[in-house]
Amino acid sequence: MSDHPDTWSRPPFIANPWLRWATYIGLAVYVVWVLATIPIDWGRVVEGVERAGRIFGGAFPPSFERSGLLIDGFLESIKIAVLATAGGVALSIPIAFMAARNVAPMPVFYLGRAFIIVARSFHPVIVAIIFVKAVGFGPFAGVLTLVVYSIGFVAKMLAERIEEIDMGQVEAMRASGAPFLSTLFYAVFPQIMPRQIGLTIYQLDSNLRASAVVGIVGAGGIGATLANAFGRYDYDFALAITIVIVAVILVSEGVSGYIRKRVG
Amino acid sequence: MSSIAEQFGREDWTRHTPKQKARRFGTFAACAAAIAWALTSIEVIWAWVWDSPEQMGDLFGRMYPPDPTNLGAILRVLLETVNIATIATAIAVIMSLPVAYIAAQNTTPNRATLWIGRLILVTSRSVNTIIWALLFVAIFGPGVLAGIVAIMFRSIGFIGKLLGEAIEEIDKRPVEALEATGASRFKVIAYAIVPQVMPTFWAVSILRWDINLRESTVLGLVGAGGIGIILQGAIDTFNWPEAATVLIAILVLVILGEIVSAFLRRRIL
Amino acid sequence: MLKITDLVKRYGGGDPVLKNLDLTIEGESVVSIIGSSGAGKSTLLRCINRLVEPTSGSIVLNGTELTALRGAKLREARRKIGMVFQGFNLVDRLTVMENVQSGRLGYISTWSAIMRRYPKEDIRRAYELMERVGIAHYANTRADQLSGGERQRVGVVRALMQQPDILLADEPTASLDPKTSEQIMGLLRDLAGELKLPVIINIHNVTEAKEYTDRIVGMRYGRIIFDDTPAQLDQDAMDRIYSGSPHADRAEQTVAAQ
Repeated sequence: MSDHPDTWSRPPFIANPWLRWATYIGLAVYVVWVLATIPIDWGRVVEGVERAGRIFGGAFPPSFERSGLLIDGFLESIKIAVLATAGGVALSIPIAFMAARNVAPMPVFYLGRAFIIVARSFHPVIVAIIFVKAVGFGPFAGVLTLVVYSIGFVAKMLAERIEEIDMGQVEAMRASGAPFLSTLFYAVFPQIMPRQIGLTIYQLDSNLRASAVVGIVGAGGIGATLANAFGRYDYDFALAITIVIVAVILVSEGVSGYIRKRVG
Repeated sequence: MSSIAEQFGREDWTRHTPKQKARRFGTFAACAAAIAWALTSIEVIWAWVWDSPEQMGDLFGRMYPPDPTNLGAILRVLLETVNIATIATAIAVIMSLPVAYIAAQNTTPNRATLWIGRLILVTSRSVNTIIWALLFVAIFGPGVLAGIVAIMFRSIGFIGKLLGEAIEEIDKRPVEALEATGASRFKVIAYAIVPQVMPTFWAVSILRWDINLRESTVLGLVGAGGIGIILQGAIDTFNWPEAATVLIAILVLVILGEIVSAFLRRRIL
Repeated sequence: MLKITDLVKRYGGGDPVLKNLDLTIEGESVVSIIGSSGAGKSTLLRCINRLVEPTSGSIVLNGTELTALRGAKLREARRKIGMVFQGFNLVDRLTVMENVQSGRLGYISTWSAIMRRYPKEDIRRAYELMERVGIAHYANTRADQLSGGERQRVGVVRALMQQPDILLADEPTASLDPKTSEQIMGLLRDLAGELKLPVIINIHNVTEAKEYTDRIVGMRYGRIIFDDTPAQLDQDAMDRIYSGSPHADRAEQTVAAQ
């Protein structure tokens, strides 16, 4: 009976021992290097504890005194989100068709993809500061920013959906002699419509969230109000704004989820 | 010969019933009204709007050609940006484990912990990284640390929520089997729950790292470290050719990040 | 020896699923429990290792009253009761060895469990048992790579690793094809003999029950209405076990009680 082995070890995650040890050592070296070189002023951090106490002390209780300002900021955020969603979705549709491998010719396809990659790669806040410099402070810069942001997401998802459509339906339309636009309306749109509606609602929710942020760099909406409150050390008003932002985001997420469930 | 329509006595067909039509019309009207309301009441100076294509063209014109003289410094700070994203993701992943555990209905010890877990997740998720960064810059002063903590705070909610959902969706049968062997709660978790959520754990961590890479590029705009500081500096001094270099560097970084995370996903999952 | 007395199990406020049930199992016999779906077979088995909480009654295994145990005491008692499941209940993403060793989790330290550092005698015993059932060459294979029969063999080895005083098998062959099913039944019978282990098997397949077990217990809606050797299970007994519907039976019971 004792001819059975009495040791066992789990098969390693990376089979090649050289690669395995190289990965482990590489990770360890990276962590040590980052911790050693990262410029953190620990003295300043210690002061931070006391400062945090002061900030939170100043923030409680949240102040809703200037609720007029709060409501105006929010209405502006909602307007920005609505306009950006409408514009972004409208522009996303042609870009998505450009970026779908199965319907666009190769050069157009690359152009469409490039649009989407650029729109996706830049955080809305970066896009916002550029637009603020180009078209001035205010909600218009916010709308333009979120249009770009919407294209990055909606056009990408829509292009993927278009690439998945059943070409049989398109062929059937062509076989019956339907012209290009009719084919589009009868064979392609019905297939992408449910996804399109879901994406639009999702993006409206996303844009509302993002509109709270782009304001911090001057692109209008509640974010501008929040940044001002922070800048003036009005921490109680800042907390009030934050609470309302969280509440609105939760409600918006709930509503958007409910509608998408109903539609999709 | 009679046509089909004559045979069956019907010549009109509509796609939607009147009630459906009314609902569709109502939805369209509501959307149109919302857009009209936003358009008419938003406080923009329309002259600027009509002027904007020209302004944009002018701006991009001034960016060209990008000025690479500061490329060395830009790349160094870009690396710092990657470090912020990576360290913050790593810490957030570890900190989100207990949160996910108490926020999942099937593993949470009791109702109170469930609600604490959910409260942490909601707070973390609903406040954007930039807003967290504003707060931590006020606390810790401008610098990398504020950025790391801001990204951590936002990521805990994201990772914790997805991981918690993965825990709720596990196959309960192995858990039952290990309970039947008399294993303690902790060992049941280690052997029956952990292996089942491992794929989600890796997928979510990689996904969040990718997102954090993007987020860490803007932290500098509120003073929380990373490449954003250089971008802000270049824009404030109207050094548009350098700003263009920074933007290109960010674009390359984000695309590389996406390639790396796609590679890791393929290898690990 | 396992002695069940006056066992009642009621889910919520409904009719009891187990009604004042008595059952004694002595020695190393292989006992099968038959009965239609909903008869309470699975509930009975799960009451023994307390995966299901009995409403009232007593279950005594080798002198230990199981129904009163809590926490660490309950886990200690469960270590002595092996269980094999219909759906195998393996951890798919772990290797066969880890699945098998998970039967020993109650005996080893948490640290060893996490580091996968199992005691030498456990590893040797695992290889012996795996070889006995023909899966030793799969030690490093992930459980989800195996076929159904192989997976159930892993399940059996995991239960035997506990060195149990009794083995419970809940429909161990219901997810398997007929040939594999017979192999697993044969294996359970042979292992019971070799390890001098009493085995209780819930089973739907009466032919297999007759062929592979020493004693058949027939349940009908929460009661034992047949308990004898396979030879005594005639058509008349079969009809009594498999007739009626749970609802009609429970209603009848209620009327009788009034």
